[in-house]
Amino acid sequence: MNTTNRSNSNKQKRVGENTHDLYTVSASPHIIEKRSVKSVMWNVVFALIPALIMGIVFFGINALLLTVYGIIAAIMTEAIIQKLRGKPITITDGSAVITGMLIAFNLHAAAPWWIPVLGSVFAISIGKHIFGGLGHNPMNPALLGRVFLVASFPTLTAAGWKETAYSSISGITSSINIQAVENLVTSATPLAVIKQLRDPLFVENINNVIPNASQSLMGEIASIPTIQNLFWGNVGGCIGEVSAAALILGALWLAWRKIIEWRIPTFYIFTVFVLTLIFGGIDGLFSASILLPFFHIFGGGLMLGALFMATDMVTSPLTKNGRIIFGVGCGFITVVIRLMGGFPEGVTFAILLMNLAVPLIDKYTVPNPFGAKK
Amino acid sequence: MGLKTFPGGIHGRDNKRYSQNEPIEIYPLPDKVIIPLSQHIGASAIPIVKKGAEVKTGQLIAKAGGFVSVPIHSSITGKVTKIGSFPHPTGNMQTAIEVTRTGDDNWIDLSDNDYTKLGNEEIKERIKAAGICGMGGAGFPTVVKLSPPENKKIDTIIINGVECEPYLTADHRLMLEHPEDIIKGLKIFMKITGAVKAYIGIEANKPDAISTMKNITKDESNINVVGLKLKYPQGAEKQLIYASTKRKVPNNGGLPMDVGVIVQNVATAIATYEAVRYQKPLISRIVTVSGKIVNKPKNLHVRIGTLFSDLLDCCEQTNEEIGKIISGGPMMGFAISTLITPVTKGSSGLIVLSKKESITYKEHACIRCCSCIDVCPMNLLPSKIANDATYEDWEGAKIAGAVDCIKCGCCAYVCPSKIKLIQWIDIAKNKINELNL
Repeated sequence: MNTTNRSNSNKQKRVGENTHDLYTVSASPHIIEKRSVKSVMWNVVFALIPALIMGIVFFGINALLLTVYGIIAAIMTEAIIQKLRGKPITITDGSAVITGMLIAFNLHAAAPWWIPVLGSVFAISIGKHIFGGLGHNPMNPALLGRVFLVASFPTLTAAGWKETAYSSISGITSSINIQAVENLVTSATPLAVIKQLRDPLFVENINNVIPNASQSLMGEIASIPTIQNLFWGNVGGCIGEVSAAALILGALWLAWRKIIEWRIPTFYIFTVFVLTLIFGGIDGLFSASILLPFFHIFGGGLMLGALFMATDMVTSPLTKNGRIIFGVGCGFITVVIRLMGGFPEGVTFAILLMNLAVPLIDKYTVPNPFGAKK
Repeated sequence: MGLKTFPGGIHGRDNKRYSQNEPIEIYPLPDKVIIPLSQHIGASAIPIVKKGAEVKTGQLIAKAGGFVSVPIHSSITGKVTKIGSFPHPTGNMQTAIEVTRTGDDNWIDLSDNDYTKLGNEEIKERIKAAGICGMGGAGFPTVVKLSPPENKKIDTIIINGVECEPYLTADHRLMLEHPEDIIKGLKIFMKITGAVKAYIGIEANKPDAISTMKNITKDESNINVVGLKLKYPQGAEKQLIYASTKRKVPNNGGLPMDVGVIVQNVATAIATYEAVRYQKPLISRIVTVSGKIVNKPKNLHVRIGTLFSDLLDCCEQTNEEIGKIISGGPMMGFAISTLITPVTKGSSGLIVLSKKESITYKEHACIRCCSCIDVCPMNLLPSKIANDATYEDWEGAKIAGAVDCIKCGCCAYVCPSKIKLIQWIDIAKNKINELNL
């Protein structure tokens, strides 16, 4: 066939002149959606911005600076590693930006500048590229980075909370006139307060001063004003995790863009709600007020974890039923750690542990094809 | 109106606006036709004419090559000028008979008798002799479809007027312009299979077709027109059956007849009616010529074997340089390298894409976003199949459902990493069959 007759100015071509051209051949489908990995990632970045703004509002400009350090360190690490490995440099795809952002979001605003930098370097190199880069990492890099920081620098990351411009660190207003309680609500994060209340020694001590002080404090914790503070983010905590409202706003955007899927967050949050309602009280099963589960859901890193980290595509299950198991598992481990473990917060470990279970979950939840006999 | 549908699928732009209001136009007789011997699923037809033979319009030029095969007829009056290898709309080179026109349209003798008095076997004989095969794209011999084994009782016929592929409007125009013939064809199907119920499935983007078909069947209590949600692949056989009857065709090689259903395309129904009534062989069809850059998109009634280049001339060429030409729809059709490719019995469209519309993308690593899984109408794990195929883990690919893929292309359509999922699944499918896993 004649293949030579190729002209760039087809507009002047006369009828029939296309006849001998050869055209592009490729497998079907011949039309595809415009959405790319890049647009998915930048949408996530965009969705994290409300939480960043709330962090800046409550903790000041340092929150922004730490985030910027985290992002720059993540991007540079990615570029260097890809250069060393002789791979195409993909820093514009936004995935390193997300990791850097999430590292900073998991720090309190008084952390020194090198903490997010170190966290990002670790997250991108050990958490992501050692496994082959984007799409191949078994665990959420940002959470791995956080664990690395918490384990290496406990005093810089998990203590020295900064209070917000408008409220005490715990977000709880207590009228109980005991020095120990006052110290607690002004210096500890919301989850640390509730953790303390599960310590029988502490409970005995305050109850000896004022009878039923522990119950009254529990009532103050599980109260509408406290939960309002937690919902808007007017409490001490990490930069990006404090404002449940901002995180929900971002997640709604992602859900609308069909980037995150409802199963993981819904089952994660629902499991935490049910378990804390049953086991969250300090006087045995079902002793918790109906408001306590809201305290657990809006407090700590649960919203950030459930909406943005557990839903990380690379490290969550493929199958629909798998995502339900994953969400329930995350919720279960979170509550076990919060109520029984040594840390006040369990979101990080819950998600990392469930990340490791993903291959197994996927293996046992392969769906039946359409038309399969039950 | 409650619209019916199936789980999964995608909502894309249907792009039907270019040609949906263009009435069917009869394309004049071409000077030359290239008639491939394989235009259907099954064995190729066997030529019975030699080079130089004079043939009339509708004359048998190749006989069926087996039970699952169809005979081929000349679509014009002329002289056989070559029997050899020609480009085929599935993208490769295949044997075809070239006929050059020598005169006017000189038909073989057609009869017109009272076909309603014919027995079932006689009707089937006529359908077989006319070379009818599915005209929706796959091209399965119609008479084979209509002859299920004794133990498969057929109670329902579904006429597929969904036409869910973007751009295509050929079936839409047929429903608007020849609704009676569709019903007559449907009644023939019902008579020979003993089916007591019939559905006509039409997507919601063709409200005029829905009302036309509803109007014409308003006195037929056993024929229902089903309005279907605008979603691709609504016209896929298994998805259409589920949406209309809630029956699920068994996976792993199950056929519609396993749930008592036979699905036929609207064009096939008309061809069947004409074959049974006039003994008219299948030598023409409606082809949608469309695309953003086509100057005058049209629905053309053309003779089988007409070249795509002739059709594009008829539509006054394009106003931009062509990037890709597609035989069929853009989701499941074949990109072909040359316009010197003939129309076959299954060619529903000639879609022309501009350079800008036909960019080829580089594959990125899978980010496990699960979009492919969420849209798969067969509830498979496309990304896992593709991943297993890269590592040659054919067992894994089978577990993820490779053999049940209907190649609708939804997964590849939504993939943000632009992974060629359909190709990978195809590789896995072939390998699984080869290894008999």
